[in-house]
Amino acid sequence: MDFVPNTDRDREEMLRAIGVDSVDDLLEVVPSRVRHPMLNLPKPLTEMEVLAELRAMAEQNADAYHYSHFLGAGAYHHYAPAAISQLLSRGEFYTSYTPYQPEISQGTLQTMFEFQSLICALTGMDVANASMYDGSTALAEAALMAIAATKRTKVVVSGAVHPEYRAVLATYLQSRGYQMDTSPIRRDEDRIVDDELESLLDENTACCAVQQPDFFGGIRNLEPVARRIHDLGGLLVISSDPTALGILKSPAEWGADIAVGEGQGLGCAMAFGGPYLGLLACRERFVRQMPGRLVGATVDQQGRRGFVLTLQAREQHIRREKATSNICTSEALMAMAATIYLALMGPRGLRQVATLCFDKAHYAAHQIDLLEGFRVLDAGPFFNEFVVQCPGSVAEINRALLQRRIVGGFDLGTAYAGMEDCMLLCATELNTRGQIDELVSALAEIGRGL
Amino acid sequence: MTEPLLSEISRPGRIGHHLPPSDVPRAEVDRLPPDLLRDRLDLPEVPENEVVRHFVHLSQMNYGVDTGFYPLGSCTMKYNPKMSEEIARWPGFSAIHPYQTETSVQGALRLMYELQQALGEITGLRAVSLQPAAGAHGELTGILMIRAYLESMVGAPRGKVLIPDSAHGTNPATAAMCGYTTVPVRSDDRGNVDLKALKEAIDEDTAALMLTMPNTLGLFDEHMLEISRIVHEAGALMYGDGANLNALLGVARPADLGFDVLHINLHKTFATPHGGGGPGAGVVAAQEFLADYLPVPVVGRKDDGSYAFRYDLSRSIGRVRAFYGNFGVLVRAYVYIRALGAEGLRKVGENAILNANYLRTRLQQAYEVPYPRPCMHEFVITGRRQKALGVRTLDLAKRLIDFGFHPPTVYFPLIVEEAMMIEPTETETKERLDAFAEAMLSIAKEAETEPELVKAAPTTTVVGRLDEVAAARQPRLHW
Repeated sequence: MDFVPNTDRDREEMLRAIGVDSVDDLLEVVPSRVRHPMLNLPKPLTEMEVLAELRAMAEQNADAYHYSHFLGAGAYHHYAPAAISQLLSRGEFYTSYTPYQPEISQGTLQTMFEFQSLICALTGMDVANASMYDGSTALAEAALMAIAATKRTKVVVSGAVHPEYRAVLATYLQSRGYQMDTSPIRRDEDRIVDDELESLLDENTACCAVQQPDFFGGIRNLEPVARRIHDLGGLLVISSDPTALGILKSPAEWGADIAVGEGQGLGCAMAFGGPYLGLLACRERFVRQMPGRLVGATVDQQGRRGFVLTLQAREQHIRREKATSNICTSEALMAMAATIYLALMGPRGLRQVATLCFDKAHYAAHQIDLLEGFRVLDAGPFFNEFVVQCPGSVAEINRALLQRRIVGGFDLGTAYAGMEDCMLLCATELNTRGQIDELVSALAEIGRGL
Repeated sequence: MTEPLLSEISRPGRIGHHLPPSDVPRAEVDRLPPDLLRDRLDLPEVPENEVVRHFVHLSQMNYGVDTGFYPLGSCTMKYNPKMSEEIARWPGFSAIHPYQTETSVQGALRLMYELQQALGEITGLRAVSLQPAAGAHGELTGILMIRAYLESMVGAPRGKVLIPDSAHGTNPATAAMCGYTTVPVRSDDRGNVDLKALKEAIDEDTAALMLTMPNTLGLFDEHMLEISRIVHEAGALMYGDGANLNALLGVARPADLGFDVLHINLHKTFATPHGGGGPGAGVVAAQEFLADYLPVPVVGRKDDGSYAFRYDLSRSIGRVRAFYGNFGVLVRAYVYIRALGAEGLRKVGENAILNANYLRTRLQQAYEVPYPRPCMHEFVITGRRQKALGVRTLDLAKRLIDFGFHPPTVYFPLIVEEAMMIEPTETETKERLDAFAEAMLSIAKEAETEPELVKAAPTTTVVGRLDEVAAARQPRLHW
């Protein structure tokens, strides 16, 4: 099947109007020896057939509606109220593009303005942009902003920042020859320690990047590092989980100059890793160094309020090679999902979600810590993720859990040396007590068999 | 009627969503050290009904492909099949976590693998990464790959990237982000890359030429193969900006044209919705000799027929984002390719070209066509003639809104004065094209007889032309 409505008659009429005999006459400029390649692809399908084929593929995946789910590590299984999907499905929203024509894009533009306002409220920052690709690229772009703002060439990042975010940061920094220093993570008995971060900071450090809660789930006291980096004239970049911000102190209160984060938890599906939503907010004085779209309020000639893309002199379509970033298309629809999510939740709802996550994770951690062979490691006070030291291979335990229709935790050994027996577990408002109890008894049983 | 802001409809105590009570013992958040907690959270309080109405009203102030004809040049605003929306929302695709054991996501991995294969077949560039989140992100990936390749092959990344003056702004911005100096290459009077200028600019310090094909004038370069030869002879690589790949579907393979790396905007060519500015997907496809430089991971197929992530690319540029790409977008693109197959894709390219040439023919009665030769999937006209009457291209664009159409891309490419870049796509009927042509011809007439009417447009929208200067001078970026 296809979506081409032209009939043979249409085509004839159009060709006649153009004054040619065939479409090939229009293609003479394409060298004939490369024209019309044979494509070897599976035969076309109708909608009914596509659905059947894709359903079979979907059913090969263990989804979080049919399995209990305890994975976090940067992607979270939160509840998205039904209104979000319904509203995002409005064709006027999702089949539009970047709002270059503001008079017929006020829906997108006002939503972006509201999104920016909500992210400012959540992070405590002065300005938020209208989205980045994801949390990792938001962090990388924040580091580039800090480099541009301070004219320094080194970035220091905590080893307790998401390993893939650090990998992305390295990719973004290396081609320009910037230095990236990472603090080592140590295990000291039951504790996970990141105590060398401050000693890496110096007068050439553009920014120090930390994550709150950190990758191990720990909530840190960021005051010392904030003081130290500011004393040295560098910037503090904090990557936060916006759900946790329902209860935790905001990045601005910690002294962040740039706040970033992954907004997926705000109403976007896990979707095997994307599309997600990069959050980026900063202090007023850095606004002209920001990457990405910004929407501002203004008026029309009759004084009616309206919204437009603004401060575009930062952007690639105006500034070209001098732009703050090359970003163009970002994640507008995911930002809209987050806007609807936060509008529905309000302050009370978000606090409740965060509290439920906190309670369930603490219940799970407490129960697991009681099991023989399992121990919850100390990474400080935690929000909804925690590290469990296991009596055997994490991969093996996860395989055994999967047989019991449970998706276990993240295998920390894949990202950290010396943590081969450690699993990062997560609980959200969607985990029932029954699921947690089943996880606990499954772990007990699996542990005994190891 | 304009719509109030969420903050303006908020009232203390209103609830938009109810959460279940906790079924586990309270862990007492309050026992956390108080200096870790926040005390203020200024979010709006709005009941669900009002949230829904708010966004429905906002949607009514928007214009999408589902609303009507959207000939935004270089953006390929084609119809977005509805089945894709339904499929991408199935739990088997939407409720899976990126870190699940590979055995528990074989369907997802197979889809990604087959999409890599299909895009490799369509472009002839067999080494494919699905990771980049959008076109510009794909450019960044591709140029970083070229950089890493040159470093390992000739010991240095070289210093500059050549970019035609008709290129998208993302091209120079990308090259700069990758540490390159950019050198513009002018176009000749037939809309091609000026070969003389290219030869003058290219040297042993050139890393790549970034070329959009067809270019942003909608023209296929008359010296395409010669350009590739010149670039390759200088030891540089051909980077393809695939924003206009729609024109080449079934018409020519980028690999056969000499491209070494190409990014593909799945949200353009492969019919995934543009979402008001994303999510997109900027898949990168490259020649086999660059396979080792792709970002990790890619999806591979094992001897036993199962699918797995591969991290073993020895010269990989690393990661360009967390996880594996905009999977939800990949699902939609896969659905589209499965539905169309090779014959459907060939119809896409041909009909996109036919529609554009038809519209060009109709509009040239009233508008100047700066490059009067057959176009590919889009074309550029200039409002020069109307400007002489005191009516700017911006006015023409705004007037189109009153006629019920989304305006084309305006003032781009930069090399055409008062440019309008029109891309009808293959999914429009002849009646739509005719209606748009009639509107454009009427507006051209109005520009002669009633210019004030055109300059006052739009009058049918919820707001009129907005004061962008004031918005930038005193930015108001939140409530």
